[in-house]
Amino acid sequence: MTALDTAAPHAFARIALVGNPNCGKTALFNALTGSRQKVANYPGVTVERKLGNFVTPAGRRVQVLDLPGTYSLRARSPDEAITRDVVLGRQAEEPAPDAIVCVADATNLRQVLRLVLELKQVGRPLILAVNMFDIARHRGLEIDLEALSQALAIPVVASIAVRKGGTEALLRRIDTLADATPSVVETGGWTEPSATEIRRAHREADRILKLVVRATGRPAIWTARLDRVLLHPVAGIVILLAVLFLMFQAVFSWATPAMDTIKDGFTWLGAAVGDVLPPGMLRSLLADGVIAGVGSVLVFLPQILILFLFIILLEDFGYMARAAFLMDRIMGGAGLHGRAFIPLLSSFACAIPGVMATRVIENRRDRLTTILVAPLMTCSARIPVYTLIISAFVPRTTLGGVVDLQGLVMFGLYATGIVSALLIAFILKRVLWRGETEPFLLELPNYKLPDPKNVLLGVVQRGRIFVRRAGTIILAMMILIWFLSSVPGAPAGATEPAINYSIAGQIGHWMAPLLAPIGFNWQIAIALVPGLAAREVAVAALGTVYAVSAGDGEALRSTLASTLAAHWSLPTACALLAWYIFAPQCASTLGVVRRETNSLRWPAFLFVYMIALAYAAAFATFHVTTALGL
Amino acid sequence: MPFESATIPASAHLGSLGKGFRGRIVRVGGASVPGIPDVDLAELERRLLEIGFIEDAVVEIVHEGLVGRDPIAIRINEMTVALRRREANAILVEPAG
Repeated sequence: MTALDTAAPHAFARIALVGNPNCGKTALFNALTGSRQKVANYPGVTVERKLGNFVTPAGRRVQVLDLPGTYSLRARSPDEAITRDVVLGRQAEEPAPDAIVCVADATNLRQVLRLVLELKQVGRPLILAVNMFDIARHRGLEIDLEALSQALAIPVVASIAVRKGGTEALLRRIDTLADATPSVVETGGWTEPSATEIRRAHREADRILKLVVRATGRPAIWTARLDRVLLHPVAGIVILLAVLFLMFQAVFSWATPAMDTIKDGFTWLGAAVGDVLPPGMLRSLLADGVIAGVGSVLVFLPQILILFLFIILLEDFGYMARAAFLMDRIMGGAGLHGRAFIPLLSSFACAIPGVMATRVIENRRDRLTTILVAPLMTCSARIPVYTLIISAFVPRTTLGGVVDLQGLVMFGLYATGIVSALLIAFILKRVLWRGETEPFLLELPNYKLPDPKNVLLGVVQRGRIFVRRAGTIILAMMILIWFLSSVPGAPAGATEPAINYSIAGQIGHWMAPLLAPIGFNWQIAIALVPGLAAREVAVAALGTVYAVSAGDGEALRSTLASTLAAHWSLPTACALLAWYIFAPQCASTLGVVRRETNSLRWPAFLFVYMIALAYAAAFATFHVTTALGL
Repeated sequence: MPFESATIPASAHLGSLGKGFRGRIVRVGGASVPGIPDVDLAELERRLLEIGFIEDAVVEIVHEGLVGRDPIAIRINEMTVALRRREANAILVEPAG
């Protein structure tokens, strides 16, 4: 704390940004705070709490809260309820803001005026920041800010969030308002508007617009032109698919070099620790538990950064709402929101970024449905398991000389995942949230060139959230699983692999009778325990259990494949494949779901329903294939 | 479902009209709307008003989805709003003169 800080008056320590969706509020928040911001969740809900700070020209240190966009204080979603409660000073553990800055899109002033009228009723000091003033001027739209300030009886400033110095007028105005504000303000004049009152606000907004708009300007020509192609019923969907194809190419191929580097780095680090420390529990904990565990999660960081780069670019460009428009009916058949397709497609790479990407879905129920079915999409961690079993049991032949049989089985596994995700979504919508249909009502904003600084800030923020999670909850789970698989160690003179004597081994033996009806032997049961850390770990675990020690990678896989072919029946192999389509064999996914839903209930529900499905599917597969005499 | 503008009566539900329709809003909400339970109607009326649909405003259907020509995108004042035909039926319009 400097002397300046303590000298600053206490009032105006905190302001809140409020505005319509797509008004450039977050860009303004970024311009005000730079990188001095913290992202967390509000307790009990999935709404993000973004807090930053800045210093005004007069030296006031001000905390600023970026509230979710809304059209009215009459909240319709949990996000909007947060905005309402913070503005009214009702949000628990969140001090009421000393002032509100309402952010307006200069090119759609009509829309924000009704919100301003509601905010005025609240009674807190209020400033209207007319943002994107440059775009409005460029289109020949002229707004008389002086007249607007008089008509509303509040201070009004122009702002251009994406330009340097574009927030200076706002900062100065905050100082002036702070000086003029009495220490006690009377609040509490707001009540939820009825339909009649909204209509009255419309008329009032109309009246004010006529007073302040000097020239209406040209409509957004480029938006209309682009939409003619991008929203075309056929061409639009083709373009959407092309964009998605590019995105997943990028996620899979661009990320590979960086992922390999991270993987090699952690392997090297693990080996280095192994060289330095004497053999024993500590070395095993650090090398096999902590380093391997953190490495196996951090390896996804490049994919997450690239995925969010695309998502934020598309969102800022204004395309995300169009994508939702194009996909609404197609996804809607399964009870999913149009916006769910990006998270679901991302889940083909990994369910973790997929679940994180559900943040683009505003409605809580739609978001939960998407989170709950995302892990059914075939993620890349299932590929090692699938290829191992397929290469061991499915002959390398082609059907009719065209279709590769192994490829066909792989395709069948992917297709089963997709179909069951859609079915589960459909059932969740009918059973869990029966009768509650959310209207699809979405503004299609004008296209805008994304601002590089805002995009970068957003991507870095996502990366940071992911790394923090990898360092806490996921790390804890990895250590737990390491502990189960290595304690107690093998007794002296042991003939069996060490894992057999561990807690995981005991759990495996104990589970074996439970898993016998679905055709799993005790070796599989043991491998499933460390396989909870991540699906592909099961491959290494099977190698350990069958004491295959032919190095790693391809060599291990081919030796292991022939061992498995000798030890398992075909029905067992098929049952294990069926199991892997559904089984929640991924501690990280459960950890992310816990974080994103802010509750233990939903990851528990996810775990139970997926285990139940996996068991049922494996049971049916085992008995049908056995009956068929395979 | 016919979308031809020739068959438009004096006033029609916005959700029943085709791309290119241009007209004036006669009523938002109302006593009963086909396909929407009356209990949800009051809430829908307020939401439509809040996003910007209001009596006397000029609207134009500018885009339609692929499946069942649903949802639709409506141009109203300075903005474009996407909604499903089901909900658009709560908006009564008459062709612009």
